[in-house]
Amino acid sequence: MSPKNAGNTAAAVLEPPAAKPGKRFGLRLEYDSSRTRSPWWSPVLSVILALLLCALFIVANGMNPVTVYEKMFRGAFGTSYGFTETMVKAIPLLLCGLGIAVAYRISVWNIGAEGQLTVGAMAATAVTIYFPGLSSFWAITLMLIFGTAAGALWGLMTAIPRTHFGVNELITSLMLNYVALLALDYVVFGPWKDPAGFNFPGSPMFTAAQSLPVLGTTRLHIGLIFGLVAVLIYFLMVKFTRWGYELKLIGANPAAARYAGIHIKKHIIIVMLISGGLAGIAGMAEVSGVTHKLMQGISPGYGYTAIIVAWLAKLNPLGLIVTSVLFGGLIVGGYSVQTIGLPSSISEMLQGSILFFLIAGDMIHRFRIRRSA
Amino acid sequence: MDFTTQLLIAAISAGTPLLLATLGGILTERAGIIQLGAEGLMLMGAVSTCIVYIRSGNLLLALLAAIAVTALLGLVHSFLCVTLRANQTMSGLAMTLFGSGLSAYLGKSISGLPLPGTSPKLNLSWLEGVPVIGDIFGRLDYLTWFSLLLVLMLHLLIHHTSWGLHLRAVGDNPATADVMGIRVQLIRYSYVTAGAALIGLAGADMVLAYAPTWNEGLTAGRGWIAVGLVIFARWNPLRALFCAYFFGALDSLGFRIQLLGSAIPPYFLKMIPYVVTVLVLMYLGYRNRNKPSGTPEALGTPYIREQRF
Repeated sequence: MSPKNAGNTAAAVLEPPAAKPGKRFGLRLEYDSSRTRSPWWSPVLSVILALLLCALFIVANGMNPVTVYEKMFRGAFGTSYGFTETMVKAIPLLLCGLGIAVAYRISVWNIGAEGQLTVGAMAATAVTIYFPGLSSFWAITLMLIFGTAAGALWGLMTAIPRTHFGVNELITSLMLNYVALLALDYVVFGPWKDPAGFNFPGSPMFTAAQSLPVLGTTRLHIGLIFGLVAVLIYFLMVKFTRWGYELKLIGANPAAARYAGIHIKKHIIIVMLISGGLAGIAGMAEVSGVTHKLMQGISPGYGYTAIIVAWLAKLNPLGLIVTSVLFGGLIVGGYSVQTIGLPSSISEMLQGSILFFLIAGDMIHRFRIRRSA
Repeated sequence: MDFTTQLLIAAISAGTPLLLATLGGILTERAGIIQLGAEGLMLMGAVSTCIVYIRSGNLLLALLAAIAVTALLGLVHSFLCVTLRANQTMSGLAMTLFGSGLSAYLGKSISGLPLPGTSPKLNLSWLEGVPVIGDIFGRLDYLTWFSLLLVLMLHLLIHHTSWGLHLRAVGDNPATADVMGIRVQLIRYSYVTAGAALIGLAGADMVLAYAPTWNEGLTAGRGWIAVGLVIFARWNPLRALFCAYFFGALDSLGFRIQLLGSAIPPYFLKMIPYVVTVLVLMYLGYRNRNKPSGTPEALGTPYIREQRF
């Protein structure tokens, strides 16, 4: 491989030496950078490969992977209870995933959805604590506004360091996740702790007026509508507005967009406000629709799972609905394998490996095998 | 011992895993590959150490396991970023997500079990009589001494040897390095793998010297703080030493203030390292807005011969 004579001629200095062709079969891999669109099979294949990889760990644990996966699938989609639970988990994933997708359109890496969701839930709870006697309409409206605003503010705290101080938003948004979780611990152990809660950390239960309406006797709440409406708005905005066009332009070529007079900093701030706001809505919907009180572990990592949800969907709005239901099922399925003695973290493991195979698959198809001369 | 000496000892103890992880990050990024998987690698290093140490009782075997497992993950990262030219940010993120899931899965069976021992201390009894110095250096363990030695070695390697020159060339301008006959891909693979193993060792140090039992997510963002420290340290091992100990001090300061019976709720004290990370990065960004930050110039850009970008 080492080009011993490189540098002897002027041409060699300008042109890096050619790769040595594969010897035995006269074939070589060639990178084709024009193939930027990732193929449809990449998400599907990555899920299959991730299932196979994790099967190895399950076998190592002395279990039969087929039984485990069947159990997960039945738990998540096999019963009507399981399915509504899956949908309940899909709601925050859809909202957070949508926010991440919006930011990622212009390559802003928001991994702070977890913290933004947490502060959204806290702000919604603040409404129940400081304005207790509101009518149902006003309580829900105010909680929604507070939750969104808190999430958006948390997003802004990532956007400003990025735009005005050049700080990588990955680190900021992640650090703010830890700050938000510690703030949550503070309020549920401290000032907002339910005096009638047997010393259990958590806020008082929400009243019926402060809870989101649910479907029949299930836990499926109206937050699903929030998610679907947000997806619709995202689709219309991206497709038909000037703003959507500008995002596309920045995403495709930031330098060209800057020359075209597009204010990139402004767009970073806007997408982070939207991204954080959507996660804040997810947090509000969780406390008001599912747990009915603020407590520790309000999010079992929704913010992180939503990153994979957004990526697996290729930022496509319809795809987001599909992948968030799939990952909602993964979380519920993860809980259901606990009955046969496996830790539920198997679902996190699956999520991480799906992402691994997804980014590999997106690149592998760019290589093609060529016969060398 | 006075408060300052105690704080210094605590700073070194809390700072050592940060230092090892930062040095690992520096090695990886000097070769031009972004390393955002530190959190996942530290968790994998920690859980491997715990499992092997509890099952076998052999510390050396446990450390080797941590190194082997994380080096393997480093190879995966190299394959994705160097050979496939995948998005380096995404690959690191995948590593963190996969590492935290897998470590929780593997660690479930040993969660909360105490380790058979801690990292052994170097016997420096002759130092004990010396006031402050004896107090501080008399109680350092092997891993801490190793990390200090490593700072010196990496400083010499990067700035004073031809290997270091090659490493810097690959990180700054891989095309030119290739023309000069440096094997870019090989160097990137080696340093990314070695860097990942060092980050894994940081995870091992966390359980051996800092928190003597495995708990899910026990690194609590220290991997990400190390990612920030790589930037504070401007990809320089000597600076990394001071940055890591500074953050180690911050980390333990909250705990110390709590012990002194302060009225501030402990949750706010625990926020200090995270908030300071963001603030320091903002300050550095503001101060260096018109200056070179020391970033390896080809950081994040893949390189394959024959192709122009």
